[in-house]
Amino acid sequence: MLETTDVAETNAPTETADSAAQYRAVVESHDNSARSDAEPHPHDRTESMSMENETIKLEVENLNLYYGEKRALNNISLDIPEKKVTAFIGPSGCGKSTLLRCFNRMNDLVDSCRIEGKILLDGDDIYRKSVDVAELRRQIGMVFQKPNPFPKSIYENVAYGLRLQGVKSKRTLDTVVENSLRGAALWDEVKDRLHDNAFGLSGGQQQRLVIARAIAIEPEVILLDEPASALDPISTLKIEELIYELKDKYTIVIVTHNMQQAARVSDYTAFMYMGDLIEFGDTDTLFTNPTEKQTEDYITGRYG
Amino acid sequence: MKTWLKSGAPWIWLNGGAVALCVVMVVGLIGLIAVRGFGHFWPADVLQTTIVDKSGEQHVILGERVRSETIPAAVARDGGYSLPEDVELVTRYLIKQGNRDVSGRDFNWYMETGMADWEYPENAMVIERREWGGFYGFPVALEQEGEVLFNSSEEGFWQALDEAVERSVELHDEITHIEKVDIGRINHELERIRLERRRMELDGADASALAEADAEFSARKAELDAQYRQVKAERDELYHQLERDTLVAEVASGTQVNIPLHNIVRVTRPNAMGVVGKMGQYLERFWEFLTDEPREANTEGGIFPAIFGTITMVLVMSIIVTPFGVLAAIYLREYAKQGPVLRLIRISVYNLAGVPSIVYGVFGLGFFVYFLGGSIDELFYPESLPAPTFGTPGLFWASLTLALLTLPVVIVSTEEGLSRIPTTIRQGSLALGATKSETLWKVVVPLATPAMMTGLILAIARAAGEVAPLMLVGVVKLAPSLPIDGNYPYLHLDQKIMHLGFHIYDVGFQSPNVEAARPLVYATALTLVLLIIVLNLTAIRIRNSLREKYRSASD
Repeated sequence: MLETTDVAETNAPTETADSAAQYRAVVESHDNSARSDAEPHPHDRTESMSMENETIKLEVENLNLYYGEKRALNNISLDIPEKKVTAFIGPSGCGKSTLLRCFNRMNDLVDSCRIEGKILLDGDDIYRKSVDVAELRRQIGMVFQKPNPFPKSIYENVAYGLRLQGVKSKRTLDTVVENSLRGAALWDEVKDRLHDNAFGLSGGQQQRLVIARAIAIEPEVILLDEPASALDPISTLKIEELIYELKDKYTIVIVTHNMQQAARVSDYTAFMYMGDLIEFGDTDTLFTNPTEKQTEDYITGRYG
Repeated sequence: MKTWLKSGAPWIWLNGGAVALCVVMVVGLIGLIAVRGFGHFWPADVLQTTIVDKSGEQHVILGERVRSETIPAAVARDGGYSLPEDVELVTRYLIKQGNRDVSGRDFNWYMETGMADWEYPENAMVIERREWGGFYGFPVALEQEGEVLFNSSEEGFWQALDEAVERSVELHDEITHIEKVDIGRINHELERIRLERRRMELDGADASALAEADAEFSARKAELDAQYRQVKAERDELYHQLERDTLVAEVASGTQVNIPLHNIVRVTRPNAMGVVGKMGQYLERFWEFLTDEPREANTEGGIFPAIFGTITMVLVMSIIVTPFGVLAAIYLREYAKQGPVLRLIRISVYNLAGVPSIVYGVFGLGFFVYFLGGSIDELFYPESLPAPTFGTPGLFWASLTLALLTLPVVIVSTEEGLSRIPTTIRQGSLALGATKSETLWKVVVPLATPAMMTGLILAIARAAGEVAPLMLVGVVKLAPSLPIDGNYPYLHLDQKIMHLGFHIYDVGFQSPNVEAARPLVYATALTLVLLIIVLNLTAIRIRNSLREKYRSASD
């Protein structure tokens, strides 16, 4: 009984190893021009994933977060491996976005927010007093649920982060803009209208532009907060494809509502519920053989 | 009936009716002002007729019909007119006769009773003069240095007259230019030398230094004096040339009058003009109204200094109010800690918008002019004391007072604009490693510019129409010069200015010649409305282009 529901719900988790290839085929058929030069991804799920083999990029230790009196995160501890995709799943309001926003201290913007515990980036606590938040956010980039390009040209959007750092050389900017747009698989679509307003792009293109903007400043970690939830299926596939490309260079943390998406793109998955981290492990295991009952219920669609 | 009420149709009719009423009122207002104001410049026909006055004597009169009214005969009899017994109502006409120098009054009422038929003699002429207002009469001769050059019956008289008038107007303009620009500059320089010397005295320069400086000053003074003598000689020569011609004319009653040509602005014969000719006249007079300086206690000539003063004041006000308002709004919205204190500040700011404008005038006079201005004078302009520089009402204080008056509008709309910027855009910038101020200045403020422009538009509309506070802080009936000219420092913030709104008030209520002023009130009001429309349209265009630029951001 459990087996069958599982298959239906999670897009045949036993076949996840192949799903990447299937999905690649879909993408290729949709977008030959953009992706024709992409080579098959070397990722191989059959080799079992294990935390012991990973370098740890981000380390969360006993993190508690309060909004005023209300506790939103309960004693969370987990490790985010370097150059892998880690997904946070869970029902709405479970705290996954809140946790994500802790990594680049976006929660600082909320007045009533208070944090206990530690988050270590390469072993350094990012909540130390001496940390320059702007500098931290340069290392940990973020892409939001709704595309939020600036009211500037496509070029200026991508160059924004560099200009903040004082880069003035036109040549450097040109190179970085082109590389970032190529990196975000958007170059071919916009190369002839770099100086048009970014609002002229479609939603999916805007989201990729925002990703280009994030990778232009060469962060070490990219946080994606439901990056595809406002997009149509084709744009979603393009974003997922992009995540595949990006994990060669960046550590990626993604929050998603969509379990198939988590299963498709992530190497590790954390399931959260009501502010608690219920289960964290490699994606295959979590989806096929969860140890916690709550996880099982969620991924089989009994709640959430 | 019940279903009709339920259908909601009454509401639609009510709402539509309210809109219709508004439209009718606006159109009516503009229409009235436009008709009255524009009509003034049309060259009316000149009528000639014979009337019987109170004592039963007959007079020939010449003039323009201004308007007529019907009054009960009893009232007229009480006024001393003898009317037949059976008449109950009588019509009387207001005739503009001009010739204040001959007859003393230029507007007169005449009873229809006993009035002969109206004639429109071809050679009746209307002369606009620099003194004594208009002249209505018939030409007799054109004299040059006392010799008769042309008789009015001779052929070529009108051509000769037109040429002579053109020449004298040109000479007059030249003289005005010399007096205003050249002599004005020399006077300005002389005044500066005086002030520099006074300044040295006040700074406690010792006698030797002062003597040394005096030598230099007197050299400069001597040079300026030489210049002045030269310019004055030039001007006197022009004056002499100007006095060459005289026009001999005859008023309706037969008295002959000598009108020196330098006193003439324009000679027209409306009765001899066709529609096209009148059209040309009309445009010429309208243009003169917009570009000329006022004459005869503002009842004739143009209103250019008032237009110029209004625009300058509004621009200076915008330059002051925009940065202040925007910075205040940014602080209130972005940095200040939201709480009871902030709420109090915000309520105070909003309430400033409701304070009567005359109160701002009183405040401006007491605080800006006397306190701030007085202090500035003591600190920076001690050399010209006791004559005040900034310690007296002037352009800057008027603009500052209006800036204070319009500050709430700018703050409120900027705050609203800032609050409409989606948080996702701010977060996007912060996530790229921008600091709060970088985010603010590079992303948020540019996005809020359309809202700021909206605030500025409202501010301009309010400021340009304001009169009450300006009477206290810097607007006068007649300013001797424009606030911007060719003399250092070019923009004279300390000068008093003329203003269209105040001009309307002044012409309408303070004029010695009510009938002559009436159409000017309408024409000036119309100009003010048009000016505000032009200023607003410019600002709206700028805002729309900004909005277009940042279109989807607020979607």
